[in-house]
Formats: sequence, C-alpha cells, structure tokens
Amino acid sequence: MSSDPTDHEASVRARRTEAVAAFEGRRGAIDRLQHALHVTPALVPLIVLTVAILGFTWFLGTRFLEQLPLIMQQVQIVGVLAAAQSLIILTAGIDLSVGAIAVFSSVMIGQLSFRYGVPPTVSIALGLAIGGAIGAVSGWLVSRVKLPPFIATLGMWQIVLATNYLFSRNETIRSREIREEAPMFQWLGVKPNEQLVNWIEASRGIEWERRRPNETDSAVLDFLWATNITYGVLLMVALVAVLAYALRATAWGRHVYAVGDDPEAAELAGVNVRRTLMSVYILAGVICALAGWIMIGRFGSVSPSASTGVLGNIQSITAVVIGGISLFGGRGSIWGVFFGALIVGVFELGLRMAGADAQWTYLLIGMLIIGAVAVDQWIRKVST
Amino acid sequence: MDPEGIDMSAQPILAAKGLTKRYGKVVALDRCDFELYPGEILAVIGDNGAGKSTLIKCLSGAVTPDEGEMTLDGQTVAFASPTEAREHGIETVYQTLAVSPALSIVDNIFMGREKRRPGWRGSVLRQLDKPAMRAFAREKLSELGLMTIQNIDQPVETLSGGQRQGVAVARAAAFGSKVIILDEPTAALGVKESRRVLDLIQDVRARGIPIILISHNMPHVFEVADRIHVHRLGRRLSVIDPKAHSMSDAVALMTGAKEIEEA
Repeated sequence: MSSDPTDHEASVRARRTEAVAAFEGRRGAIDRLQHALHVTPALVPLIVLTVAILGFTWFLGTRFLEQLPLIMQQVQIVGVLAAAQSLIILTAGIDLSVGAIAVFSSVMIGQLSFRYGVPPTVSIALGLAIGGAIGAVSGWLVSRVKLPPFIATLGMWQIVLATNYLFSRNETIRSREIREEAPMFQWLGVKPNEQLVNWIEASRGIEWERRRPNETDSAVLDFLWATNITYGVLLMVALVAVLAYALRATAWGRHVYAVGDDPEAAELAGVNVRRTLMSVYILAGVICALAGWIMIGRFGSVSPSASTGVLGNIQSITAVVIGGISLFGGRGSIWGVFFGALIVGVFELGLRMAGADAQWTYLLIGMLIIGAVAVDQWIRKVST
Repeated sequence: MDPEGIDMSAQPILAAKGLTKRYGKVVALDRCDFELYPGEILAVIGDNGAGKSTLIKCLSGAVTPDEGEMTLDGQTVAFASPTEAREHGIETVYQTLAVSPALSIVDNIFMGREKRRPGWRGSVLRQLDKPAMRAFAREKLSELGLMTIQNIDQPVETLSGGQRQGVAVARAAAFGSKVIILDEPTAALGVKESRRVLDLIQDVRARGIPIILISHNMPHVFEVADRIHVHRLGRRLSVIDPKAHSMSDAVALMTGAKEIEEA
C-alpha cells in the first residue's frame, strides 16, 4: 500500500460506527492459511514440489538433485501444453485437442519442408499459424456457436488427429534427415550450456566439440556442461513468465479471469467476452504448435503417432489441476501450473530412480489430483 | 429529499417519448414516456410484468426500442449496447451487480475500462497502471464512506452483500457522469445493509448525479425518492409525489385498484 489507508478509515469509522469489516471474524492459523492460499494459489503446488524434491533427495541422495535439469527436459512438452490448457481452463473451458494440435503442427512443420520444399523458417511460422487457426475454429465453436468447450474440443481432437494421420500418410521423418537438411527444426533440443562451453573452449584454441562432460580442466566449465538445459526448457520458462505477466498486469489478463469467473457479469461490466474467448483459443493453439516444435527438438524426429497426440490433453489437464487452477474458471495462477507439471516429472523420475513400479507414479498422481481439487473447493469456501 | 429543490422547469436530463417494445405479440412497452430531472432520485415502481425492466433496459442500452425516441441533455440518443450508454455517462448497477467475485475490488471497478501506464510500459508492454487505479478506487470508495473495506486488493467474494453493492455503486458513481440507474439495490440485503445502501444512494445524489431507482420495497422508495414513476401495463400511469401520497395509494395505483386523480 503506497498511500495511507488508516486516514480514510479513521474518518469513515467515526461517521459509520455500524460498519462491519470483512475480515474481523477471521482468526486462527487455519483461517489465515486458507486466506493465504486464496490470495496466492500457486503456494500449494510450490509446497508440494519442494517437499517432493526434498523427500526424494533425502531418500536417493544428491544424485536425485543432479537429475533436476533432466526433469525439466522431460516436462517441457507437457509444461507448454499445460500453459495453453491453463488459459482455456481459466475461461471455464477445457481443451481436449492440445496434444493433437501439437503433433499435427510438428508434422506440418516437418512435411512442409521435406515434402513440399518450403524453407525451414517459413515451415515453422506456418506450423505455428496452423496451430492458431485450429484454435480459432475451437474458439469460434465455443464463443459463437455456443458449444460446450468439452464437446467442441472433443470433436476437434478427433478431427485434428485424423487429419494428422491422413496428411502425414503415417510417415516418420527420421532424426538424421532433419539434422542434415533442416537443423533448425531441432534447435529447441540444442543445449545452450554446451554451446557456451564449446565456444569458450574454442576461443581458447581447443578445436574439437565436446560430447561428454567432465573433460575440461575447469570446474566452472564442468558445472556449466552438467547444467544440461535446452532451448526448449528456456522457452517453456519464458513462456510461463510472459503469460503470468500478461494475466496479472494487462487488461487482457484481467478479462480472461473475469470471463471465466462470470461471463454475464463480465459482459455487463463492458468486457467483450466473445473477443476474449477467441483470443484465448487462438493463443492456446499457437502455444500448442510451439509444443509441436519443442517435440522435434526433444525426440529429434517427426512422428505422427507420437503419444502426445492421445495423452497430451490428459497430461496437461493433470498439471493444470495439480497446479491449483480451478476447473470452474477464473481462479489460479500459471506459475502453479508450471509447478504442477514439475511435480508430475519429479514423481515419475524419483520413483523410477527408487526402483518402484511405474504404477506407483500413477497412483500418487491420482491422489494428488483429488487432493488438489479438494483444496480448491476448500479455498473457494472463503467466499461463503 | 426535497422535491422543491428540483428544478422541474429545467429540461430533463434524460427523457423518453413514445417508447414501444414488442416481443412477438407481447407489448412490453406501449408508447411509454419518461423524464428524469437533474439532481433527483426518481423511483420507478410497477407490478411484475408491467414493463419497468424493459423500460430500464431501453434507458441503459441493453434493449433497443422498436419506436420512440430518447434524449439525453436535450440531444437525441440511441444506444446499441450498454457500452454505448455508458460512454454517454449512463451507468447501471444491475440487480446481479455484474461483479467478478474472484477478482479484486480495483479490478472490478476498472473492469472493461482499465488504465494503462504512461509511456512504453503502457503502449508496448500494455502494463496496467495499478498504483493509479488503486488510488482512484480508494478515493471513490472513501468519498462514499466505504473505506471500511480494508484492502482494495481483496477479492469481492470476501465482502458482505452490502459491501459488494457498495463496490458496484461506487463503480457507477465513479464513471457515471450523467445518470445512475439502480436496479433493486436492496432486494438481496438485510435491514442493516439496506440502510447503508440507502445512505449511499443519498450520498451519490448529494454529489449532483440524478438516480433512477427501481424497487419493490415501498418503505425504501418513499424514504429516498423525490418523485415516483408508477408503471402499469407498459406505460407510465402517473408520477406521484411521495409526500402527498401514501404507500397504499402507490400500491393501489400500480395494481390498478385505484385510478389516477390528477392527470
């Protein structure tokens, strides 16, 4: 608070003694916790993530901590899809087509260049545009035709996935071909830390490119090499940061929340609900296409039958829910979703390193989903 | 609270002549006339289905009348949407309040007309000018004696019903330069909170903005209104002075149990 509210309050209290302050009944640690969670919804997933990391480190030793960059790489696709999913769910919608859009866009990017000879940069731009166009169709169905988002995107999921198989003729573009002819497609899989180490070594007159870590004679360079971050991971973090800013600090972001909270109230208050919904679905489509580009970097190849097409929607919804965004719309923060995606990654890798059956991961994730929604319901009780 | 203070010889600030609105075969408004004078609280009463909400929707831009004309400050106006009416300085507080419960008081007050930061942060980054918005919201709320609300950033859903109404009225008063329309502002409130809202209405009037008050609550209407527009069968039956008539007269007029004595 920059100015002094006590001044106003003093004058007002004197005039209206019967006024009731909203928080006067709020006492005790539980109430304060509930209020804190209400104001900062990313807090729960952050706490769960921290506890999970500490727990696995305690159990597995620091070798688990060393794998954190790997977890970032493993969650980058789901993380980016979840960012798109967050936008849709904030408007009280749901998008079942996120994974399908990602796979179809990666196929389009690949085939435009390899089948039709389009320059790689143009292919990437077109791939992103196609993602946006698919999002626009869903947005039109939801905002104009007034279909429930679940139905509209259930249909789009099947349509996009089928188009993907038909268009690609089920052909995979192999990693080696891409590396030789269009290395830009794999750029998001490139590791800037390794580039930096190689560049520093080259500037010192060392000619060869390193393939393995711990070969330099400098601890700093060894550490840099081991950091193991890809451009895709950086892109994911940057995307979450930009979206968090846009949602918090711009009028568009406030409108997204308002539309999800109560579309009629938003409309009466002067928000263009239809345009807000369109912008959200188009942006989500572009972000899904971005995930498609990341997929090429992560897998090296372009495959129309990547599992993301079928599982991407459920994985992204899982991250969103664990991240504390309310499925009823209008509540939650995108940082929470980022933490939610990391929680899933931490459990998957941690349990695998501990030698547990993979089913334990699903069991725990299932419990987390239910726990997260229960917490959401509890937080929402503040309003009553 | 003093009808003599209202200058009826002046031109009405908002007037309508011969407004007609049909929904299929149902005539919701039948050549209805309406006048609102500067500085007054005009109550609009009528039985359910009398067409008063259609009248209000025409005035606030939510419905476009089939026939008739409206004038604002003597200028002919026609509103295609609530946003257009708002741009002309007519603000409406809907019965549902039209607030977003999960968003803060500031966000709600500025919803749909946010202020951006000056300079590149506003034009390139489209950053909202939150400090200015907070200061403005705090100023408007304290003008209306609502600063018992401790934190301008708290979500509206943490407020009581009366405080929410206060936020909606403050929003209207902050931006409504010509007319404020209040639709059933006390319908959902308890005795104490209704009291606060009635005080609030008089505070707003004292600042020189005329108010149209739609209400079913006769004691409230008779307490604050300067004149009462009685609506019946899609048109204005009469305008009565609350000092010269009793509540039972008003009820009798609006239900048709009694005919008008003065033209």
